[in-house]
Amino acid sequence: MDKKTLRNLIVSVVIGGFLGFFALRGLFGGGFLGGIVGAILGAGIVYLIAYLLSLFPKLASFLANNIVTVIFVAFVLLGFMVTKEITLKNYIEQLFESVFRNSFLLLSLIIPVIAGLGMNFGIVIGAISAQLALILVRWFDIPSTLGFVACIVASTPLAMLFGWLTGKLYNNTRGQEMIAGLIVSYFASGIYLFILLFAVGGIIPVAAKGAILKEVLTRTQRNLLNPLGVGIRVSVDLGSLKYSLDGIWRLPFVTFTIIAAVGFLAWLVIQYMRKKKNPSLGKSNLLLTIAGSIVCVFFVIISAIVLITKNATYMALRPAPMATIIVIALLAVATNFLLKTKLGQDFRSVGQSQQIARVSGINVDRTRILATVISTVLAAWGMLIFLQNIGTLGTYTQHSQIGMFAVASMLVGGATTSKAAVKNAFIGVLLFQSMFILSPAMGRALFGNPLYGENFRTFMVYGVIAIALGLYIWRGLKAAKNKVEE
Amino acid sequence: MSDCLLSFKNVSKSYDGNYVLKNINLDIQAGEIHALIGENGAGKSTLMNILFGMSVIHNTGGFEGQVEMNGKPMNVKSPHEAIDYGIGMVHQEFMLIPGFTITENIKLNREITRNNFISAVLGERLKSLDYKLMNMDARKALDVLGMDIEEYTMVAGLPVGHMQFVEIAREIDKTGIKLLVFDEPTAVLAESEAANLLQAVRNLAASGIAIIFISHRLDEITSLADRVTILRDGELIVTKNVKDTNIVEIAELMVGRNVNITRDDAAQRTYSEEIVLDVKGLRVGMPGEWVKGVDFSVKKGEILGIGGLAGHGKLGIANGVLGIYPASGEIQFQGRPLPLNNTKQVLASGIAYLSEDRKGVGLWLDESIELNIAFTAMQIHGEFLSPLGLQDSKKIHENALKMIADLDIRCTSSLQTAGALSGGNQQKVCVGRALTQKPQLLFISEPTRGIDIGAKKLILDLLRQLSEEEGMTIVMTSSELAELRSICDKIIIVCEGQVAGILQPDAPDAEFGLMMSGANRKLEGGLAV
Amino acid sequence: MTETKKSFNLFSYINMGTIIIAGFLVLIVAMGTVFGKIPLSMMLNDCITRFGRNGVLVLAMLPAIQSGTGPNFGLPVGIMCGLLAECIAIENNFFGLGFLLVSVVLAIGIASIVGYGYGKLMNSVKGSEMTIATYVGFASVGLMNLVWVSTLFRSDKMAWFLGEGLRTTIQLDQVNANLILDNFLAFKLGAHITIPTGTLLVVFVLCYALYLFFRSKSGVAIAASGANPMFARAAGLHVDNNRIIASILTTVLAALGIIIYGQSFGYVQLYDAPMMMAFPTVAAILIGGATAQRAKVFHVILGAFIFNSMLATSLPVINRMVAGTDAAVLTDVIRQVVQNGIILYALMQVRGGNR
Repeated sequence: MDKKTLRNLIVSVVIGGFLGFFALRGLFGGGFLGGIVGAILGAGIVYLIAYLLSLFPKLASFLANNIVTVIFVAFVLLGFMVTKEITLKNYIEQLFESVFRNSFLLLSLIIPVIAGLGMNFGIVIGAISAQLALILVRWFDIPSTLGFVACIVASTPLAMLFGWLTGKLYNNTRGQEMIAGLIVSYFASGIYLFILLFAVGGIIPVAAKGAILKEVLTRTQRNLLNPLGVGIRVSVDLGSLKYSLDGIWRLPFVTFTIIAAVGFLAWLVIQYMRKKKNPSLGKSNLLLTIAGSIVCVFFVIISAIVLITKNATYMALRPAPMATIIVIALLAVATNFLLKTKLGQDFRSVGQSQQIARVSGINVDRTRILATVISTVLAAWGMLIFLQNIGTLGTYTQHSQIGMFAVASMLVGGATTSKAAVKNAFIGVLLFQSMFILSPAMGRALFGNPLYGENFRTFMVYGVIAIALGLYIWRGLKAAKNKVEE
Repeated sequence: MSDCLLSFKNVSKSYDGNYVLKNINLDIQAGEIHALIGENGAGKSTLMNILFGMSVIHNTGGFEGQVEMNGKPMNVKSPHEAIDYGIGMVHQEFMLIPGFTITENIKLNREITRNNFISAVLGERLKSLDYKLMNMDARKALDVLGMDIEEYTMVAGLPVGHMQFVEIAREIDKTGIKLLVFDEPTAVLAESEAANLLQAVRNLAASGIAIIFISHRLDEITSLADRVTILRDGELIVTKNVKDTNIVEIAELMVGRNVNITRDDAAQRTYSEEIVLDVKGLRVGMPGEWVKGVDFSVKKGEILGIGGLAGHGKLGIANGVLGIYPASGEIQFQGRPLPLNNTKQVLASGIAYLSEDRKGVGLWLDESIELNIAFTAMQIHGEFLSPLGLQDSKKIHENALKMIADLDIRCTSSLQTAGALSGGNQQKVCVGRALTQKPQLLFISEPTRGIDIGAKKLILDLLRQLSEEEGMTIVMTSSELAELRSICDKIIIVCEGQVAGILQPDAPDAEFGLMMSGANRKLEGGLAV
Repeated sequence: MTETKKSFNLFSYINMGTIIIAGFLVLIVAMGTVFGKIPLSMMLNDCITRFGRNGVLVLAMLPAIQSGTGPNFGLPVGIMCGLLAECIAIENNFFGLGFLLVSVVLAIGIASIVGYGYGKLMNSVKGSEMTIATYVGFASVGLMNLVWVSTLFRSDKMAWFLGEGLRTTIQLDQVNANLILDNFLAFKLGAHITIPTGTLLVVFVLCYALYLFFRSKSGVAIAASGANPMFARAAGLHVDNNRIIASILTTVLAALGIIIYGQSFGYVQLYDAPMMMAFPTVAAILIGGATAQRAKVFHVILGAFIFNSMLATSLPVINRMVAGTDAAVLTDVIRQVVQNGIILYALMQVRGGNR
C-alpha cells in the first residue's frame, strides 16, 4: 500500500468515524453501540467517496479547490435531512430576511480583494460610520425615508475619511493587511466606544449645564441618552427608520420569485449568446446555462402554482422588500461595471502585481487607498440597510461581528484572498445564512441539545476563515516552492 | 550624421565617487541594429537605466553628460516618460501579469477607453474599457510579429517564447516607437523560438525602428547586428561595424584587461592528484541561476575557479552542492557519496560555504561578531557548548579574539554586531566562521563583491594563504574573471547552466570571452587562438 | 577590542512605545496619589498581583516571536490545552497541590501534542502566520465550547445545576486551589502589599529557564531561524523544525500561563472568556520593547509589568477622578485603544510583502 492510499484510509477512518459515530447515535438514539456502528459505516462511506473521486480527478480537484463551499453544501443538505422542526416556509422566510439584510455588506468586500488587499476586515469601520450617522439622525429625529437618506448623506463623508485613513494604514502594513484590518477595527471600536460612552454628554455638551434634561431635550433625544445625560443608551430604537428602505415598496414573495427567476433566466441567456458570438468575452458554457435555466423555470412554475392555487402557507410569506432588492441589484451591476472601467482595470493590475503596476505608471498607493475608501463607504451603506431592517441599534456591539461574518460568508461563497466576484457574495450569503438557521435545530436533532448547534455555528465562522485563508496560502506556497528543472 | 536618432554625449555616472560609466559617446541610427556587449558590471545596465530615467539614477545624484534624441536633449525622469520619447524596453525578466489576457498585458495602463454616462459625472477614471479596440490593436501588434495566437488568451500558461513576443508586442503597440532595447531576449528561448525572434527583430529594424540589442551570444550578434559596441569596466572600448570584425575579436575585446595579472608563482604551485570532490550531472533549482547538469571534479589542495556571466548558473553550483537550493545529481566527497539537499550532513562532512549573498545568507546581522564566528561550528559539531548544553561564552570569545587577530578584522569589540562592520570585515567574519569549522573543502562565492579595492586584495591573499599554508581545497565562484585568474589553478566557465569548458588562468582573453558567450562550441576546431 | 563584558545599554532595549506607555502609567499613578488620594502601596499591590497573574502568558509570546512566526495571536490554542487539563483534573477529584500538579502535567502533555500540530500549521502558512493564528485561536475557542457543552465532564463542581454542560466560571476554592501559588510563601509588606511569592517565583523561574534556553544550542538555532531563515539554512539548520519546537514551547507556556492565571484569579473561565486574551498579551510584550520579529526576556518582564500596572491602576484612579461614569467600562475602552494601537504600530514596522 503506498503512502497516499494509507493517508486517505486514515483520514477517512478518522473523519467518517467521527461523523458517523455522532450521526447514528443522534439519528436513532442508538447509544454507544449505535455510535460504533455509525463510525464503521461512516468510515466506509467516506473511504468509498474518496475512492470514487479518485476515479474522476477533474471533479475531485474541482471539489478540493472549493472545499469550504462543498462542506457547507453538505452541511445544509444534512440539515434538511435531520431537522423536522423548521418548516420550509420558516426556512425561506428567515433565509431571505437575512439575505436581503446582509448582501449589500458582502458586496462591499469585493473591490479590496480585486485590488490585492485581501479580505477587508476593516469594513467594521464603515459600520461604525453608519452607526454614528444613525445616532445623529435620531438626535435630530428625521423620520422614515428622509431619515434614511440623511443617514446615507451623513455616513458617507465619515466613511470616506475613515476609509482613507485605513487605506493609508494598509499601505504601511503591506502583506499583513488582513490582520491589520482586524486590529484597526478593534482600535476604531475603542475610540467609537469612548465617544459614545463618555464624550457625548461628558465632553461634548448635549444640554446646558445644570439644565434638567427633560426641559431642554426632546423625548427622542432623552431616549437616546443614558438617564444621567452622559453616553448613548446600550440599545437605540430606530423608530420610524425601521423598514425605511424595506418598506418603500413591497411585493408578495412569490411575485418576487417569479420576477427574480425570469430576470436571472434572461441574464443567463444573454450572457450565453454574447459569449457565443464573441469568444474574447470568455468561454460559453452550454451545460451550465441549461441547468441554470431549468432551475429558473422550476421556480417560475412553483411560484405560479402557488399564485394560482392561492396556497395559504406560501402566499403568507413575508412580502419582499423590493427597494432593498433593487439597491442590492444595482450595487451588483455597478460593481461589475466598475471592474470594466479604467479604474477597475487599475484595481486588477495593482491586485495582480504591485511592482508591474508601478513600473507601468499606475499610482499603486493611491489606487489601494481608493479601493479601501470605496469598500468602507459601501460597508457604511450596507450597515444602514442592515440596521433599518433590524429596527434597533445595539450601540456598542452591533458593528463588532459584521466584518467577520461578512468575510466568512464571502469565503463560503468560494471567494479567496485574491479572487472575488458578485456570485461569490450571493452563494456565500445563501449557504452561510442557511447554516445559521439550521444549526440549532440540527444540534437538537442530532445531540438533543440546541446548544451544540449554536456553538457549532460560532465555531464555523472562525473555522471557515482559518481554513479557507490557510488553504489558500498553503497552495500558494506549494506552487512557489523551488524545484529542480528536469 | 543626418539620421542619427539617439546619441549619448560624454555620459558618465558615479556612485559615491566610484565611476561605473566613464565618458561614453555613442550614436544610434534609425533602423540599425546596434549590439551592446560587455561582462557583468561593464556598465550596460547603468547606461540603459540612464536612458530610461530609472529612479536608481536620480536617487543617486543623476549623471553627467547628455542624452540627445534627434539632436535635442532628452530629460527622462521615469520609465513611464520614456514612452513619450518613443523608446521602449523588452525586459529580460518578463513584466507580464499572468492573470491577464495578452491584450490586457499589451495595453497595461494604456487602455483604450470610451465615455459612459457615469464617467461624464465622476471623471476620467470611470471611463469604460473598449475591449474591441484594444483587441484590435493587440491583434495588429501580434500580426507584425507573426504570432497567430488569440489575443484574449491568458498569459499564464503560455510558453516562455510567446511571453517574450507579448513583451515585444507591447512595445511596438506604443505609438511612435522609435527605439527598442532588447535585454538578453533569447536567453530563455529554445533555438527555434530564438530564430523566430531574431527574424522579428530584423523586420522591426527594416521598418525603421532602431534596435539596441544586448546579448551575450556572440554568434547572434554577428549574424544580426549592423554595429557592435563593446563596454568594459565602464568604458566604451570600441564601436565597430560587424562586418569589419569577428567573434574572436569581440570576445577578446570584451574580456581583455589593461591591468596585467601577476601570477609569478603559478608554475610553482603543486597539489596532489587525489580527487576530493567529484560532481556528476548536478542540476540545481535556484531561480535566476539554474544549473542544468554540470560535471566537474576538484583535486586536493587545488584552488578551482568557477566563472561565467550572471544568470548562467555559476552561483547555483555551490548552492546546490550545499543543499541550500534543491538539487539532483551525484556528488562524491573524499570517496564517499555526499547526500543531496541536506546541508547539515554536507557541513558535518567537512565542507564550509561562504555565500555570495553576505548580508542575506552569510551573516546574522543583528548578532555579535563572536556568535557569528562560532555559530556553524556550534550547530554542526556541537562545539562551544558547556557541559550543560549552554553556549560557552568564554570559548566563543577566545575563538573570536583569535580570528579577529589572525584575519585582522577591524572592529571595536567582538561583541559588536556583524551588521555594523564594513563589507571587507564582514567577509572576514564569514571566513572566520568557515575556519572555525576546520573544513577540508571551502566553497566561496563572490568573495570580493561589495568590497573596496584595498580590501579585495587582502581577501584574495587570505585565500591563497589558506591554500598554501593549511592545504585547504578551495572552490571559488566569481563574476570577476581577473580575480579568478589571479589565484585559481584552473577555471571552469559556466554558460547557460552547463560547463562550457575548463581553462588555465593564463589562457588568452579571447578564449574566456568565447566560452562565456557559449560561442566556443560553435567554433569547434579551426579557430584556436 | 578585548573587553569581555557587554556594556549594558538601556536604550538598545527600550523603544518609544515603552516610554510613552510608561509615561502614561506614571501620570495615572501621580493623579491617583495626588488627586485621588489612593495610597501608592495599594496601587503597587494591584500591579504586582496582576503582573504575576499574566506574566507567564506574556512569556509565551517570546518563543513565537523569536522563531519568526510573529507574536502568537493563536494564544487561545494553548489556553484551551490548559483549561482542558484543569477540567480533567477536577473531574478526577484532585484537590489542592494534587490538582495543580496533575493539571500542569496534563497541560504540558496536551499542549505539546497540540503545539506540534499548530507549528505544522504555522509552517504551511508562512508569511500570513499572524492572520491565520488569530482565526485558529478563535476557532479553537469555538471548538472547545462544543466540548464544554457536552456531557464529557460530569463533576458537580463544574456542571450547571440544571441541564447539561459546564458552567462558564468554575470556582477554584472548590478544589482548594484558589490562590494556591499566590499564597505560597506569601508575605505582607506594610498594610497594603501582599507579595504573591509563589506565583512570582514561578514567573521568574520560567523567565530564567527561557533565558537559558535561548542560550542553548537549540535556542540559538531557533533565534537564528527566526532572524534570518536563509542564514540558518546555510548553517545546516532545519528552519521548519525549529519553528515547530518554538510553537510547542509557546503553546505549553500558554497552557501553564492560564493555570497560573486561574489560580491567582480564583476561577477557571470557560467558553468565550479566553477568546480575546491574545491581544492584551501581544500588546504587553510589544510595550516592553519587543517588535514583531525580535524579543527578549527583558521585554517580557518590563512589558508585563507596565501594561498590567496601567490596567490595574487606571480602574481605581478613574473611579475616584471621573464621577458619573462606569470606571470599569472606561478602563476597558482605554485598554482597547492602547492595546490595539500598539499592535498596529508594531505591524507597521513589519517588513512588507510587495507583490
